[in-house]
Amino acid sequence: MAIRMKLVAAAAMLALGAGAAQAQDKLKVGFIYVGPVGDHGWTYQHNEGRLALEKEFGDKIETTFVENVSEGPDAERAIERLARDGNKLIFTTSFGYMNPTVKVAAKFPDVKFEHATGFKRADNVSTYSARFYEGRYVIGQIAAKTSKSGVAGYVASFPIPEVVRGINAFLLGARTINPDFKIKVVWVNSWFDPGREADAAKALIDQGADIITQHTDSPAPLQIAAERDIPAFGQASDMHRFAPDNQLTAIVDNWSDYYVSRAKAVMDGSWKSQDVWGGFAMDMVEMSDYKNMPDDVKAMAADTAAKIESGEIHPFQGPIKKQDGTEVIGAGERLSDEVLLGMNYYVEGVEGDLPQ
Amino acid sequence: MVDAGIITAIALTVITASTPLLLAAIGELVVERSGVLNLGLEGMMIAGAIGGFAAANLTGSTAIGVGVAAVAGAVLSIPFGILVINLAANQVATGLSLTLFGLGAAAMVGEPFLGTPGLKLPKLDIPGLTDLQVIGPVLFGQDGLVYLSFVLVAATSWFLTRSRAGLTLRAVGDSHDSAHNLGISVRKVRWMAVLFGGACAGLGGGYLSLAYTPLWTENMTAGRGWIALALVVFSSWLPWRVAIGAYLFGAVTILGFHAQGAGIRIPSQFISALPYLATIVVLVIISRNKTLLRVNTPACLGKPFVPAR
Repeated sequence: MAIRMKLVAAAAMLALGAGAAQAQDKLKVGFIYVGPVGDHGWTYQHNEGRLALEKEFGDKIETTFVENVSEGPDAERAIERLARDGNKLIFTTSFGYMNPTVKVAAKFPDVKFEHATGFKRADNVSTYSARFYEGRYVIGQIAAKTSKSGVAGYVASFPIPEVVRGINAFLLGARTINPDFKIKVVWVNSWFDPGREADAAKALIDQGADIITQHTDSPAPLQIAAERDIPAFGQASDMHRFAPDNQLTAIVDNWSDYYVSRAKAVMDGSWKSQDVWGGFAMDMVEMSDYKNMPDDVKAMAADTAAKIESGEIHPFQGPIKKQDGTEVIGAGERLSDEVLLGMNYYVEGVEGDLPQ
Repeated sequence: MVDAGIITAIALTVITASTPLLLAAIGELVVERSGVLNLGLEGMMIAGAIGGFAAANLTGSTAIGVGVAAVAGAVLSIPFGILVINLAANQVATGLSLTLFGLGAAAMVGEPFLGTPGLKLPKLDIPGLTDLQVIGPVLFGQDGLVYLSFVLVAATSWFLTRSRAGLTLRAVGDSHDSAHNLGISVRKVRWMAVLFGGACAGLGGGYLSLAYTPLWTENMTAGRGWIALALVVFSSWLPWRVAIGAYLFGAVTILGFHAQGAGIRIPSQFISALPYLATIVVLVIISRNKTLLRVNTPACLGKPFVPAR
């Protein structure tokens, strides 16, 4: 009898102990991904950030992710589920999660939310994004140096400011080298559909583009470029494995440092709602190794990236004209972040109409 | 601006875009003609995609890849067959869970292959014919799976209308009780159909990972299984119309891309929605023609068969 009592007590202690240890300082962090972890692109890089958290904090952190969450009603359910499961910090990593994130955040005031690429904030909702357009300005310059036809093909996802800004930055970069440079854009209306992305790349090449860049997440357009033996750029992560002789460079998203700093802030109680928009300077955007191009182009690209980082060059520095020729800003002026965030027009040199 | 070169280029892209749909849809058509509705197309396609990709990468042979893709799709249809044919489970629910299972299982199996460039199915030129203007490269400069899809359409059409086995299959789909009373083994016929459908869906998936975009990523089917399902309804269960539907679907998508690239003012969202709109319109039209609908729709589609003892 006595032995049995002891056993029960011991078991209870164990259970309590374990429970206490778990509740003590293990921070639960949740992630919502728009694509599969294995997309080699956008979601893959966010997942690298999640892995960086686990590496940095080890036992003190527990991360969960939900992948392939479509941007709509499903997202709200998935985010709420993470909040109910005890996650105290939740990263929602696509633009379309903006409204669901804000909605769920209102129900869970003690949970911190971090929404990527959006603009709606609350006391417990921060937003963060990276200035990918800095990288696009650099690859625009490389494209203008490399292309013979002076026409680049751009495989685009959805006509949101983030993507439009990238197209414009690419063109403005290219036009510093070749003032007649043009871009053809094809919208595939998907972030991730290898087949459609490949079809769009083929259509662009068949119409005379001799260099391909993309703002969709799979390596398919790059693969088509390799098949047709023309140069192209990787998206979100280094994709050179898919086109070893054709990828010039890739704009790499680096979320690791930011995720680690935000988890740290939750742990020590210093987390505050904020809006971060980092670029080369914060190492949020990086260029993968410059390959398959002459040394002078490599040097030019590295130089431009360094000057953007130091602030000497700003991709959206005037004079900038819209497609119809109206001037946005004059020489010497720079577009403000606010204007950049709401960008809804093409600059001169982009062909076709922007879907509204 | 419009020359033979660009027309050939467009036609080639259309064929690539349409072939996975055609392969999967022709298999599903046979399954539905036997009275079974398999909503697990997407799951069987993705199984074929990873199966084919993995086999080709491990053996270095795309031919083996194609074979394994078909087997993988057929294998995935086995649990569906057991539940639906032998245990008379609800076909809609079982098919949906097959899709979910397939996507998950493929992601798991495919993990070691992430980030590995794949092998591309070689083009098989036919001497003499491939060199013809426009038609040559489009019809006779394709890979084996495209030729197979042509053959499958013709063969299925012949099978369903001209062969005894095909007529038996249609009898099972139209009235499983009558067929049963005539001494036809309903279950056996449906099993053959389901396995054939699985193999075709597997080939469709294999086409994605071995020819269309030779790489493996999760969810690379991106809803093509559902489009193939819609195509079967679009065709009102006739093989030639499945082919027309698949190429129409591919053509609308590709021409939409070309229109955008050429700067023609059509909203891209509208172009993306167009194939689906077309399916709805066709559905409305065929459902108005009651006779046509009655002749071709398998009357027992989706109904579980429980033989009277």
